[in-house]
Amino acid sequence: MKRLDCLRAVYDQLGDCLVVTIMGAVATELQSLGHKPNFFYLQHAMGLGSSTGLGLALCLPQQKIVVFDGDGSILMNLGGYSTMARYRPKNLVHVVFDNESLLSVGGFPTATSTGTDLEGVARASGIPRTRAAHTIEEFSSAFTEAMQTNELTSMVAKVEAVGPSGYVTGLALLENRFQFKRYIEKSTTETRRHGEERK
Amino acid sequence: MPVSLTNSGVVYQALKKCGIGLVSALPETWLVHLIRMAEDDPQMILVRLAKEEEGVGISAGAHFAGVKSAMLMQNHGFLASVNGIVSFAQLYRIPLLMLISYRGHFGERDPWQTQGGSATEPLLRALGIPYSFLDDPAKVEKRIAEAQTWAYSSLHPAALLLTRELMWEEPAP
Repeated sequence: MKRLDCLRAVYDQLGDCLVVTIMGAVATELQSLGHKPNFFYLQHAMGLGSSTGLGLALCLPQQKIVVFDGDGSILMNLGGYSTMARYRPKNLVHVVFDNESLLSVGGFPTATSTGTDLEGVARASGIPRTRAAHTIEEFSSAFTEAMQTNELTSMVAKVEAVGPSGYVTGLALLENRFQFKRYIEKSTTETRRHGEERK
Repeated sequence: MPVSLTNSGVVYQALKKCGIGLVSALPETWLVHLIRMAEDDPQMILVRLAKEEEGVGISAGAHFAGVKSAMLMQNHGFLASVNGIVSFAQLYRIPLLMLISYRGHFGERDPWQTQGGSATEPLLRALGIPYSFLDDPAKVEKRIAEAQTWAYSSLHPAALLLTRELMWEEPAP
C-alpha cells in the first residue's frame, strides 16, 4: 500500500475539515493531489503535528480535525499520544503513515521496523479508538468510519517506503500559514452567524 | 509551601485580563498555584503536557483557531522546547507567550536547578526572543500585557521570567 493511494482514496472527505500534515512526503503528496486552504503543512518541528491538531481540536470543538502523521515524527513525541488520550477530543482523527523509515533523509529504518507497534502504543496510552490498516480498502473504510464517529481515533496505516523525488513545493510556508488561519477565521465567523440565525 | 499564592493570583488575573483562553502547563513547584487556578476556572482550557515542547504545537493550533494562549513552564521546559520554538513558532511566525519560571538563579538551593538557571537568559538572547522579568506584583499586569502586545504585533515568541522574588516566599528562619 502506498501513502499517495491512501491520500487519494480519502481526499474527497477532506473538504470541510481542518487538515494538519507533517513534513516530507506526506505534505508533498497531499499537495500533489491539490492544495486546499484548509490544509496546513508543518514543514519541520517533527513530533508537533499531533499537538497542533490537539490544540485545534480543543479550541474548535465543532470542527473535525485530521492529522496526517508519520512514524518518524510520532516516535519523537510518544508522550503526545498520552496527552491526546488525556483530553480525547471527539473531533480529532489522527492518522500515522508508518513506512518504518526516515524516508526523506535516505530511508534509514525507524524503530517500527524492529517491532515497535504504534497502534499498540496509541491503545496503551488510552486513545479510545485505534485502528490499523494494511490495504487501501481497510484504510479507506477505517478513515471514513473515524470521520463519522464522534470519538478520538488514532489509525496506523502501514505503507511502502516510497515517496516523491523532491520535497520543496511552490507553496511558501508563510503563505500556507496565513491562508490556513484566514480560512479558519472565515469558517468560524460563518458558523457563528449561522448559529445566531438559528436562535 | 512557600510558593506565593497571592502573587500567583496576580499573574493568573493578568493572564485573564489579556484574554488568555488556553494554558498549557507542565507542573513544577513554582507553578502549582497557577495550574490549580487554571484547573478551577471553567472558562480556561488547561492542557497538561507530557513534555513542554508539545505546548508549542498546542499554542500554534490555538492561535490558528483564534484563541489566545500562554505556556507555563520551568526554564528546563523551555530548554526542552527549543526545536519547537525555532522550527514552528519562529519559522511560522506564531505569537507564543511563554511564562517561564526562572529556577536555578541566585537564591536557589536545589543544586540540580543551577545549570539551567545559568543557561536561560543566554539561550533566550541567542534565539532572539525578547524577555522581561515578573518580579514586582505591581508591574505584573502591565508586563504581561506588553509582552503579549509585542508577540502579536511582531508575530514572534516573547518570554516572561517568573522570578524567585515574585514566586517564592522564604519561610522565616
